[in-house]
Formats: sequence, structure tokens, C-alpha cells
Amino acid sequence: MVKIEGLSKIFDQGTTNEKLAIDNINLALEAGEFVTVIGGNGAGKSTLLNCIAGVCEIDAGRVVLGNVDMTFWPEYKRSRYIGRVFQDPLKGTAFDMTIEENLAIAYAKGKPQGLRRGITKADLQMFRERLTLLDLGLEDRMKQKVGTLSGGQRQALTLLMATMAEPQLLLLDEHTAALDPGMAKKVLLLTRDMVGEHHLCTIMVTHNMKAALEYGSRTIMMHEGRIIMDIRGQERGEMTVETLIKQFGSRSGTELDNDRLLLN
Amino acid sequence: MSFLAFQGSIELGIIYAIMALGVFISFRTLNFPDLTVDGSFVTGAAFSAVLCANGYPGWGLVLALLAGCMAGCVPALLHTKLEIQPLLAGILVMLGLYSINLKVMGTRANIPLVNKTTVFSCLEGTPLEAHAQLLIPLVILIVILILLYLLLKTKFGFTLRATGDNAQMVRALGVNTDTTILIGMALSNALVALSGALLAQYQSFTDIGMGIGMVVIGLASVIIGEVVFGISSLMRRLIAVILGAMLYRMIIAVALEMGMPATDLKLVSATLVALALAMPVIKKKAGFYKRKMSAEGLNRGGKKIG
Repeated sequence: MVKIEGLSKIFDQGTTNEKLAIDNINLALEAGEFVTVIGGNGAGKSTLLNCIAGVCEIDAGRVVLGNVDMTFWPEYKRSRYIGRVFQDPLKGTAFDMTIEENLAIAYAKGKPQGLRRGITKADLQMFRERLTLLDLGLEDRMKQKVGTLSGGQRQALTLLMATMAEPQLLLLDEHTAALDPGMAKKVLLLTRDMVGEHHLCTIMVTHNMKAALEYGSRTIMMHEGRIIMDIRGQERGEMTVETLIKQFGSRSGTELDNDRLLLN
Repeated sequence: MSFLAFQGSIELGIIYAIMALGVFISFRTLNFPDLTVDGSFVTGAAFSAVLCANGYPGWGLVLALLAGCMAGCVPALLHTKLEIQPLLAGILVMLGLYSINLKVMGTRANIPLVNKTTVFSCLEGTPLEAHAQLLIPLVILIVILILLYLLLKTKFGFTLRATGDNAQMVRALGVNTDTTILIGMALSNALVALSGALLAQYQSFTDIGMGIGMVVIGLASVIIGEVVFGISSLMRRLIAVILGAMLYRMIIAVALEMGMPATDLKLVSATLVALALAMPVIKKKAGFYKRKMSAEGLNRGGKKIG
């Protein structure tokens, strides 16, 4: 479903700050596979997502989604097949527009745009139903500006927007890192429901070791731009946070240093 | 204020309101501080004057609109494709347009339109003749207001507004923001040029320097409108811009009647806009200063801390 072949990304090439952020990564995801990604600071987790999404141009390798090679596609064109939720809750929504207007933009993804009415009555009904599923009371605030929502409400809304047009791949970049524990849990559960409901191919970067093992069906660990561990099935089922950290130490030869890391 | 001066500032206000709506699209909707306005306003006036002088006043407006569209595309492309900062892109285009405007005007710095047939002549012989200078711009303004409102409520309009809010999000939702910026800027400068074209025929001349400070006047209108008339809904915001433009003309008219020399006009405009932009910071600092003063007063009168 998703194939990443020989992907490399070098920042500031040719300067003294040159950094090999992604080092020849190969990764294949089957349809409906939900992969969690963990790793230390600067391991290249976010860069990997940005290379897949087209935010950064890649220096080597290919990104293939379905049967389409989108290595040289611009970001906006890839976005028609890829849904994204960012770490910063401000990034995923337009703050000066209403909830329903934000949803309308997300819903229009991949459809002809142009001079049709922004929101129809049928759209509103559908938006309301979807918002009700979030269980945050947003369905009664559809005419309010997104700027009035809390970070967690915004992330839940962004998640809804990212999955609305049924993307082929969902990229979640530490999307609960900026939230308080209660809200983070809620957004993670919503993530699981939505991914399950639409059977979405998903890559979730997380700083939460427990969540990395608890959610999804496969976990990869990154270090210095490489994948140093890739577990699924029974091996993953038996893995605990403690053994995961030990494994990291023996495989990378360093201590796991992620200043936002949550062990439970 | 005399009735004549009042009527004059309303008429001018309506014409300038079209320009202010253009500035609203670039500055507020797209969040693109576009200085092209000073140049594209004259481009509109230049096409208007040349065609009007040759007997085609209506076509003058149409061509001004198209020329404004093209002028607006240039800073958008400089910014999106070549990554030049918006302010600088606007300054470059404004400078370049000066030469183009002179070329359009046949290398004359001034084109008088005295005794020429203008778009305001089309009501001649009807009972409305005496009010042509009010009614014609008013009808144009209302049509633009309605079209702009409807446009901003379409699917494209949503992405246009979201681009100014959060371009990253719009790209993540599959829309090419380069295109939305291009269309928005073309639209913005088309309105600016149309406003210049109407003004040329209204005042019966075009001058190469008539665009100086136009972006400041537009911004002043937008800010005055927002402060005085509110921003609660989209229609209200658009109407606030229009009323802001009229209010600005009235303030200027009153100042002139009170004996302010016309040569001080630009200084006053610049000061007004600087004050309006600085207002939130001034308010914040004043509050902090007040707290500091009262705290120091307490310390002097009472016990010393520490």
C-alpha cells in the first residue's frame, strides 16, 4: 500500500551544519496497517513524515502510495491522498474561520472546488453527525470560530478533518504531545476509532512509549535517521516499555534521550 | 462641514471604498501586505484616462480592471514562485509600474479629461443626471460588495480565507496555495485599479503621482472600519471597510475645512495609520505603566519592601 524505498534526506548539504536526517530508509505498509514510531530527539521521526507528505524535498529514494509514485509531487498534490495531524494544535485549522467552514474545506478535498456554495444543508447535517462522534459538544458550536477552541478540541477537529475525505494514508506527528494527559488519552482513543472505522493506513509518531505499544499493529524505533527496530505480532504483544527501552540501548548503543518521553 | 463638502466626501468615499475592499482582500483575507496598490491604482487611472480621452470611457473601466488583475499577479508570483518577501515583492512591482504607467499615459505625467465624455455622462438627460457622480459609483460598489460576499462564501472563497489564516493547513488539505494567492492578489489589484479608473473620470484628470500613499489610505479605511463598525460577521466586515473609507474622507474633509494645508495631508494620513496600528501596544504599555506607578507610590508612602 505504502512503499518507501531508499529514502534519504540531508539538511544543509555542503555546509558545516550538514546533517543526514534520514539514512536510506526502506519501509512498506500493508493496507490498513497502523504503525507507531518512537525514537530519541533528532532521530528523524518528524522528518520522515515530512518527506512522505512532501513538506521537504528528498535527496534520494522513492515514495509510492498505492500504485502511484509521488516522489516528485508537490505537497498539496500528495495531500489529496494523505491526511495529516500536526503536533501544534494551531497548525491544523484556520483559527479565524468557523468550525463548519473548516470542516467544509476538509470535506471538499479532492473534489472540484470552484464557485459552488461553500456549505450546503446536507453538508451541515453530515458535519453535525461527525462532530457528535467526537463527544466534545462541538456539534452545538458549529458557527463559532476555531480560535475559541482548546488545544485538545482543535486536535480532535483536525483529526476529523484529516480523515473526512478518507485518505489512503494518515500521518500523525506527535499529535497528542501538546495536550494534557486526559485530553491526550481522549484524542488517542478517537484516533484508534477513526483509523479502525475507515481501515486507514496510518503512521503515528509518538513520545508516549506505552501508547506506542498499546495502539496500532506494528512499532518501529528510529535512531539517527535509521530504523533500528521493527516489531509486530507476538513479539510486539509481549513487549513491555522496560524491555523496549533496554532494546533501544543495546541496538543504538546509547541511552534513549527524548525530553518529552512518557513512559506510561 | 458644509453640505457640498459632505456630499463630496461621500462620493469620494464610495470610489475609495472599492480600493479599500481590494486592500482588505490582500492585507486581511490573504495576510499579504501588498504595496503594489500605490502603482496599480495609477495603472487603472492611466488606462481609464487614455481610453476616456479617446471617447471610450466605459472600456476604460474594463481595461483598468484587467490591467489591475495582471499587475496583481506579479507580486503573487514573485512571492510564491521565487520566494521574495511580500513587502519587497510589492515594492518592486510598485516601482516597475511607475514606468509602465508613464508608457500607458504616452510619457505624459498628466492627462486632463476636461469636457470629455465620462461614464458619469451616461445619465445625461434623465432625472438622475444631477446625482450621476454619486449613483454610478454607488451601483458599482454595491455590485462589487454582493459579488465579493458571495465569492467569499463559495468553496474557493473558503480556501482563499483559510490561506491567509493558515497556508500550511490549506496545503495539507490538498489545495495549491500558490494558486489561491495568485487569484486573490489579481482580484485585489483589479478592484484597486477600478477605483483609480473611476477616480480619474470623477476628478477629470490622471496624474502619475496620484497613487502615492494609496495603500495607507486603504489600510486606514480598513482599520477605521474595523474599530468603529465591528468585525462580527463577514458581511459586517465588508460593510465596515466601505464605511471606514467614507469616514476617512470625512475626517480629511473636516481637517481641510478647519484650515489644514492640503500639503500636510499625507503626513496626517501616515500619522493616523501609525497610531491606529500602535493602539493595542500603547494600551498594553499604558496599563503596565499605571501599575508600575501605583506600585511605586505604595512603596514611597508605606513600608519599604526587602
